[in-house]
Amino acid sequence: MANIIKGKAFVVGDNIDTDQIIPAQYLNLVPTIPEEYEKLGSYALVGLPDEYAERYVRDGENKTRYPIIVGGKNFGCGSSREHAPISLGAAGCRAVIANSFARIFFRNCIATGEVYPVETDVELNRKIRTGDELEIDLDHKTVKIVGNGATCGTKDLGAVKAVIEAGGIFAYARNSGMIGKK
Amino acid sequence: MGMTITEKILANAAGRREVKPGENIWVSADVLMTHDVCGPGTIGVFKREFGNDARVWNREGVVIIPDHYIFTEDRICHRNVDTLRKFVKEQGLPYFYDPADETYSGVCHVTLPEKGHIRPGEVLFGTDSHTCTHGALGMFATGIGNTDAGFVMGTGKLLIKVPPTVKFIIDGVFPKGVTAKDVILKIIGDIGVDGATYCAMEFAGTAIEGLSIEERMTICNMAIEAGGKNGIIAPDAKTVEYVRSRTGKAFNCFRSDTAAVYQAVYEYRAENFVPVVALPYSPDNVKAAASAGKVKLDRSYIGSCTGGKLTDFMFAAEVLKGRKVCIDTYIVPATAEVADALNKVRLDGKTLSELFVEAGCLEPAPPSCAACLGGPVDTFGRCSNAEVCVSTTNRNFPGRMGSKDSRTILASPYTAAASAVTGYLTDPRKYLK
Ligand code: SF4
Repeated sequence: MANIIKGKAFVVGDNIDTDQIIPAQYLNLVPTIPEEYEKLGSYALVGLPDEYAERYVRDGENKTRYPIIVGGKNFGCGSSREHAPISLGAAGCRAVIANSFARIFFRNCIATGEVYPVETDVELNRKIRTGDELEIDLDHKTVKIVGNGATCGTKDLGAVKAVIEAGGIFAYARNSGMIGKK
Repeated sequence: MGMTITEKILANAAGRREVKPGENIWVSADVLMTHDVCGPGTIGVFKREFGNDARVWNREGVVIIPDHYIFTEDRICHRNVDTLRKFVKEQGLPYFYDPADETYSGVCHVTLPEKGHIRPGEVLFGTDSHTCTHGALGMFATGIGNTDAGFVMGTGKLLIKVPPTVKFIIDGVFPKGVTAKDVILKIIGDIGVDGATYCAMEFAGTAIEGLSIEERMTICNMAIEAGGKNGIIAPDAKTVEYVRSRTGKAFNCFRSDTAAVYQAVYEYRAENFVPVVALPYSPDNVKAAASAGKVKLDRSYIGSCTGGKLTDFMFAAEVLKGRKVCIDTYIVPATAEVADALNKVRLDGKTLSELFVEAGCLEPAPPSCAACLGGPVDTFGRCSNAEVCVSTTNRNFPGRMGSKDSRTILASPYTAAASAVTGYLTDPRKYLK
């Protein structure tokens, strides 16, 4: 488990749905095929409205400059497409901080191990701007705004923690002897 | 202690006498459904984790329904369906609805019940968020991602958290012009797009009992739009009759105990419902159709798992018979069975297809998801510019039906049809006797 995630943040609003994270026209790409996995990364958050001054991944690039996404409530609502957390992970996102997550998106983050879904009660997306540096400490459950040193707490991962710590649903089931070793 | 129907089904699937909300339990799946968008990825995960020669846990349990990207020239989409074909052959799966032959059906969530794959009391996992539709027949059904689906494919099991239940009781009789779509939109408008996050949404009351099976499906279909894990309606005589006519397999009917514990209970009177719409860009941006203001439209779209069933077209036909539409109006039956019915079911001597074409609608399209989720650029009905579209589908997020500049307004088939006649958002009741 990576304990500290540090980097620039990309700030979005409430209810960022899976059509904005990865629009449906790119769902023909199959995440388990390596070249298509990379391509999915290049389209991460391409469905955001044009009012966003900055693209999450610049045109012609596959990777983002923002390893942390900061959203509001209900991040990842909409479809069950695992392409959503995968496109973020493929683009180089390591964590999404939000006030709440939609259930399937949250679960898919954990099942795939692509990004850490980090919940906080603080409306961080109103306190910082895209480009600000953050430092997430997963062990101590805090997020620090590097610029001014302000720190806020994040919520416990709860019951899924055991699954994340094992490294996903397959590793969890193997550890507990539910399915055979690979 | 009393249990809800959702808790009873999950307890049964976990081999336990009792379960409580918040508990993590391993449940056995009866059916795993996947389609052309998530199937190839699920198969990829399955092979990566269980090996190239692995076999699915139960051949009868895996149902594969290509439906999203079927009528397109896109090469990758065709490759994906080929991946499914190869897997079906290699595993000897009996339930595959191949676009290349007469077994093709169309939208997964209408196909599943039509073909007898939905049975009360069972557990269905599907790689599609609208899998919650099937709670309408008294089963536990929920959407999952490819990784979880790969796990179910190999083991027949999944670790899930028991959701708390929120109950919606609607008593009385719905007024003319109000459909299940209006009911679920109103509820989503009241509680918000995250109002039932993680919860089971149970619908009950005499008004719900009065609805047809297809209308009950429309209600449960959109549980996910309120963040719900599953939607559910207790099975009754109508459910049993519907299921019996489609499968010989035995099933179990569960009901909530009177002493069941709910996270919240909402009560409604059916008489108070009116036709509503959800304006861009959120399914909870709900207004009465009559007071949504003067909204000019470019097109009307009647289709999808939410609004492309036979009942939905019957509603639309009631409004469109003998009238003319003045904007592009798309008719997309969900499945081959629905498409077939459009050519057989008559209203005032005309088939529904004839009636739609006479009203000026575009020729009904072959069954599929089509423009419900935008899709490849050559998808039938896809919005490619700044169109404003009134639609019987379920989501109106930015870019949902194609271009980011387009706007989708969610409505019932009555409202979509009445609005097609006027070219503006219209309360359909003035066209209904
Ligand atoms: S019709 Fe629309 S909502 Fe239904 S399964 Fe197809 S894409 Fe999803």
